[in-house]
Amino acid sequence: MTTTMTASDTDRFVGVFDTFEQALPASGPESLRRQRRQAIERFSHLGFPTLRQEEWRFTNVGPIARTPFSLDVAVDGVTGSSIQAFSYEGTVQLTLVNGRFVPQLSDLDSLPEGIVVCSLGEALEKHPEKVEPHLGRLASFENHPFVALNTAFYGDGVFIWVPRNQVVEEPINLVLVGNPSGDPIAFFPRNLIVSGQSSQVTVVEQYVTVGEGAYLTAPVTEIIAEDNAVVDHYKLQRESTQAFHMATFQLQLGRDSNVSSHSISWGGGLVRNDVNAVLDGQGGEATLNGLYMVEGTQLVDNHMRVDHVAANCDSHELYKGILEGKGRSVFNGRIYVHPGAQKTDAKQTNRNLLISPDALCNSNPQLEIFADDVKCTHGSTVGQLDETAIFYLRSRGIGEEAARSLLTYAFAADIVERIKVGAVRRDLEEFLFRRLPKGDIVRQAV
Amino acid sequence: MAPSDTELLEQHVDQKYEAGFITDVEAETFAPGLDEDVVRRISTLKGEPGWMLEWRLKAFRHWQTLEEPTWANIKYEPVDYQAISYYSAPKSKKDGPKSLDEVDPEILRTYEKLGIPLQEQQILAGIAVDAVFDSVSVATTFRDKLAEAGVIFCPISEAIREHPELVKKYLGTVVPYSDNFFAALNSAVFSDGSFVYVPKGVRCPMELSTYFRINAQNTGQFERTLIIAEEGSYVSYLEGCTAPMRDENQLHAAVVELHADAEAQIKYSTVQNWYPGDPETGVGGIFNFVTKRGLAAGRRSKISWTQVETGSSITWKYPSCILKGDESVGEFYSVALSKGRQQADTGTKMIHVGKNTTSTIVSKGISAGHGQNTYRGAVKILSGAENARNFSQCDSMLIGDQCGAHTFPYIDVQSPSAQMEHEASTSKIGEDQVFYCNQRGIETEDAVSMIVNGFCKEVFNELPMEFAVEARKLLEISLEGSVG
Repeated sequence: MTTTMTASDTDRFVGVFDTFEQALPASGPESLRRQRRQAIERFSHLGFPTLRQEEWRFTNVGPIARTPFSLDVAVDGVTGSSIQAFSYEGTVQLTLVNGRFVPQLSDLDSLPEGIVVCSLGEALEKHPEKVEPHLGRLASFENHPFVALNTAFYGDGVFIWVPRNQVVEEPINLVLVGNPSGDPIAFFPRNLIVSGQSSQVTVVEQYVTVGEGAYLTAPVTEIIAEDNAVVDHYKLQRESTQAFHMATFQLQLGRDSNVSSHSISWGGGLVRNDVNAVLDGQGGEATLNGLYMVEGTQLVDNHMRVDHVAANCDSHELYKGILEGKGRSVFNGRIYVHPGAQKTDAKQTNRNLLISPDALCNSNPQLEIFADDVKCTHGSTVGQLDETAIFYLRSRGIGEEAARSLLTYAFAADIVERIKVGAVRRDLEEFLFRRLPKGDIVRQAV
Repeated sequence: MAPSDTELLEQHVDQKYEAGFITDVEAETFAPGLDEDVVRRISTLKGEPGWMLEWRLKAFRHWQTLEEPTWANIKYEPVDYQAISYYSAPKSKKDGPKSLDEVDPEILRTYEKLGIPLQEQQILAGIAVDAVFDSVSVATTFRDKLAEAGVIFCPISEAIREHPELVKKYLGTVVPYSDNFFAALNSAVFSDGSFVYVPKGVRCPMELSTYFRINAQNTGQFERTLIIAEEGSYVSYLEGCTAPMRDENQLHAAVVELHADAEAQIKYSTVQNWYPGDPETGVGGIFNFVTKRGLAAGRRSKISWTQVETGSSITWKYPSCILKGDESVGEFYSVALSKGRQQADTGTKMIHVGKNTTSTIVSKGISAGHGQNTYRGAVKILSGAENARNFSQCDSMLIGDQCGAHTFPYIDVQSPSAQMEHEASTSKIGEDQVFYCNQRGIETEDAVSMIVNGFCKEVFNELPMEFAVEARKLLEISLEGSVG
């Protein structure tokens, strides 16, 4: 398969679709092939978004549109030792290199009975009846060019299916490695997680880079929490600053289900996270938290949308950002309460800490409410560290730099402490100690 | 909702617009349509100098290149700009009235029906009223007293003739004709409006007030208001509106420009109660597409907007402040009520340019019936705006299950020393509060009126005395029976 792109922007992808499609394995449900076609047609119609589009007003994807990405990816450039740091002991681990499942880097030994955890490709072969009803049904590519690209071009991904009433105790660790070598590459992982009725599962999604070079990853992760299911999800975006990361995370919540998702972004050059939750059954509860830290010329864009379709649902969002250097952040949160979704309790908070004079922050928390018996609030703040708190610490003999770091850490700790998986929390703490000046003092203090 | 409440709701929906009547005045009206000739004719009728006509024509040519914006969260039948008459003036005696006796008695009766007789206001309230009746000012009062203080308060058409140097210097500096679609249209065809000039160090001796009213059928009202406050001066300007009941949509595209020099303060208050359209279908209401902007140009200057919006089928406006001077202050206090089929997309823009600038936004939205209420605001803190401070609070209250409340704040901070806080909440009217009142013998309707008034208190407190009373009454009338 030789699919190096040469034509202009949109055509780079549209032009290679036929070749790509022919190279796909012949198996797999016909409906999914049709879906791919519709998606590429939609993409050729939409094109890459521009700043004139409301949803992309502050995020310029020009660099992505201009880069001649190749879909030709190698999967053999990563060794076990190079991703050792991202493994958690005793957990089931699936590793994808450039969007393709690599069994030898994965560890499925401790997999509990009954649960299906495999690559999407394998799932389509062995369990099409479990995959087909959900795949591509949730994340809409109608208005999102990168979801359209993913739907057209996804090669592989992870499939997790938890049967009814099963509780999976240990977290499942997904390591999605970007491994560029020379020419810019693009890949589109597609993950599907189905948590059956009254089941419980914890999933960690890590996006990491091994090697040097620019690449684009546009993953789509869909989670279906059936009635009464409990899903705990963590996403760590820790790629190199040469990476373009355009992710969509789509959640569907059944009756009385409970999903919490924490999105931590500190890597990537241009990062966009679309998080969409649909509360479809009564009594559902969604917790969507996030922490983003930018420096240099990084841009992190978090676009949230929570749809309260059914009545009596709760949603809570807390996104915090620390902006250094010429870093930029965009937060766009929308709570949409549909007619009839009475007794909705929705809360959305975005807090930003501007450290440097060149950092820039856009925050657009939005409410659209079509039901009357609801409680919806949102709040957004942008500010600096409290000078009196710094003074207080200094008056007690702590140097200014350390004082600032301590307070910055405290700002982030709000999210850190909500992380229930110890390994993820330790990872994030370690990162903060490394990132903050005089991190050692912070480490001792906390 | 208890059955009795449903009945109350129905009663409310049935309630007719109380200020709906038609004044029979002979009007001089242009045939519908808009071209360069219409612009020229308006200019000639107003006896304007050449530079003014040039400016209007420039605006008109620019307008022709623009497309009507569609981003607002409102739905309406597209306006046919060629089906509107762009000028309508009550026929007056040749030289215009010099005192109230000369004013057409029919017009005076209109005001009386609305409960705002000019005489009474002159005597009791001491307010100078520049009444705009379909595009031409017919009565201007207290001119002498203002002239003594050096304040110029007159129709803008008069200002163009008599104070061209001032108009030339400031017109279009805050809202350029190229600003947006409706501002360009207004710049081309504005018929009249108010002009206020407060010289250096003068505190305007009275509250200035204008009553805008749309009367003749099918005529757009294109008001242009320009207020200039020189260094260290103070002026408070009130604008209140009611309009007769009509079946065709009437377009109102006004432009208001405020300019405050160092240590000057401008307070601009609006009470808007235009015809909201048929409560069932929304037909016939006023389209209120207004551009309002104030420039706090000098150090320590202050611009304050207060608005109570209960009327119009569509309200689409964002009174804004550009805080250019260091330590300048911008304020926005708003109550917007939408019921029946009313839609409101309103809010403010605060653009912080100068150092130590502060802005406050307090917005209260109330939706009832099928009303849709949107707060859309922007707070932009530019990189030079050191220590800028913003506080925004947008609360929405929902009454009934068919209405909607939406909040779209845009926050753009480029200065690390800025402090910015935004808060919004949306909730139903407190059942326990209503219950508490009921328990003490207060009827649901009165209880709701009390609660809503309390909800809006922060904004009403900002209104000048007379307006605060009127606004409370307006809200009570508007809310009657809409409660569950």
